[in-house]
Amino acid sequence: MSKSMLLVGTRKGLFVLDSDDRSDWSVRGPYCESWPIYHAVLDRDSGSIYAAAASEWLGSAIWRSPDLGETWEHSSEGLGYPEEDGGLRLSKVSNVMPAHGRLLVGGESAGLFESTDDGKTFSLLTTFEGQEGREAWNDPEQQPPGHLGLSAIIPHPDEKDRFWVIVQGFSLFETNDGGKTWEPRNKGLRRDWPADYEDIGFCVHKVTPASDFERMYQQNHVGMHRSDDAGKTWTEITEGLPTEFGFAAATHPHDRDTFYVIPLDPGHGRTMPDGHAAVWRTRDAGSSWQQLDKGLPQENAYVGVLREGMAIDAHDEPGLYFGTSTGQLYASTDEGDSWDQIGGLFPGITSVTVAEVA
Amino acid sequence: MAELHLPPVLPPLFPGLPRELEVEAATVNEAIDRLNERWPGLRDRLVEPGPKLRPHINVYVDRERGGLDTELAAGSRLDVIAAISGG
Repeated sequence: MSKSMLLVGTRKGLFVLDSDDRSDWSVRGPYCESWPIYHAVLDRDSGSIYAAAASEWLGSAIWRSPDLGETWEHSSEGLGYPEEDGGLRLSKVSNVMPAHGRLLVGGESAGLFESTDDGKTFSLLTTFEGQEGREAWNDPEQQPPGHLGLSAIIPHPDEKDRFWVIVQGFSLFETNDGGKTWEPRNKGLRRDWPADYEDIGFCVHKVTPASDFERMYQQNHVGMHRSDDAGKTWTEITEGLPTEFGFAAATHPHDRDTFYVIPLDPGHGRTMPDGHAAVWRTRDAGSSWQQLDKGLPQENAYVGVLREGMAIDAHDEPGLYFGTSTGQLYASTDEGDSWDQIGGLFPGITSVTVAEVA
Repeated sequence: MAELHLPPVLPPLFPGLPRELEVEAATVNEAIDRLNERWPGLRDRLVEPGPKLRPHINVYVDRERGGLDTELAAGSRLDVIAAISGG
């Protein structure tokens, strides 16, 4: 019988939660020497856990466990920018994504690395040389808070050389040649600030594709958006949500019209609006929204959820999981209709992913 | 031989690495290289491209603040210190 495994990345290490029934969860960890974790995932092909971590003292590394957390090794060999690359400095690795037999790693300053030996060594794929806007996003005075650089990698499930990345604060990009060339994918997005470039300068927080990879949803700094052509064009679907701002989002694995998002106060607080914790769901691709708050604290819940902070599993009736930036972890096994707090109290949660393991 | 003292955050990352050991090296940089030969990857934890010491890593040679190029004499004491900070 398979069991569910949650990988919970926090500001003080990685925690692993196991459950046979998605109801009772046991907690292991903290792993990775309690380094700050920015993202952690299970590679379904190799069975290894990978975690992107960055210590303020000891730098960035990709941690790998080949045995579901029992033992760990780490490497940063090749994770760094060459001197001639305009003085770029790798402050952190912010995203790790196994796909098609290789490991892709996003970093800040914005760059993309690749490993073809299970995370033992890395090589730099690109820092987007020649890309319009690169000068701006590498300018420290224009970098958004959080400094995640390349904040997401979204591989196409069938096409090895096709994937999308987010350069924080500037653009969603698509490549069809393994990272050699990039197309901005921001048409139709809104921006409420002056911009130096027509196609660049959009604050993309989170993009989650449906299983067909034609339908995509996007939480932007300003608004929720939907694409029906794999990100080539976007339509705003914010109406009906309490705010236009948020980070975490998830798409139903079996229903392209069902999507979840956690709206946040767009001011500096970036917490649940009015202290009322809720996940919002659409079942009609964004035409209407339902507030889901049963089991969640409904007053004085001034908590936030970061961009990798929500996950959805692949059960017939999918389970949803989200972790707050103050360390509470919530789960739903009825598609968001009701929620329970699970696991305990954690350090601030940066990343939640879920997998089924034998 | 220089007498090397390492911060407590390092040994958990490299099995078998002690807090104190002796190395044969003419400079701080060389001493870190010698460590890296025995515990691959250790250099990346202390040094970033440049090469230069990571921002919160400090070295002291015979109680004087030094850098990667600081020379080591026979019997020198090299302390690698991770800055005390954070929460």
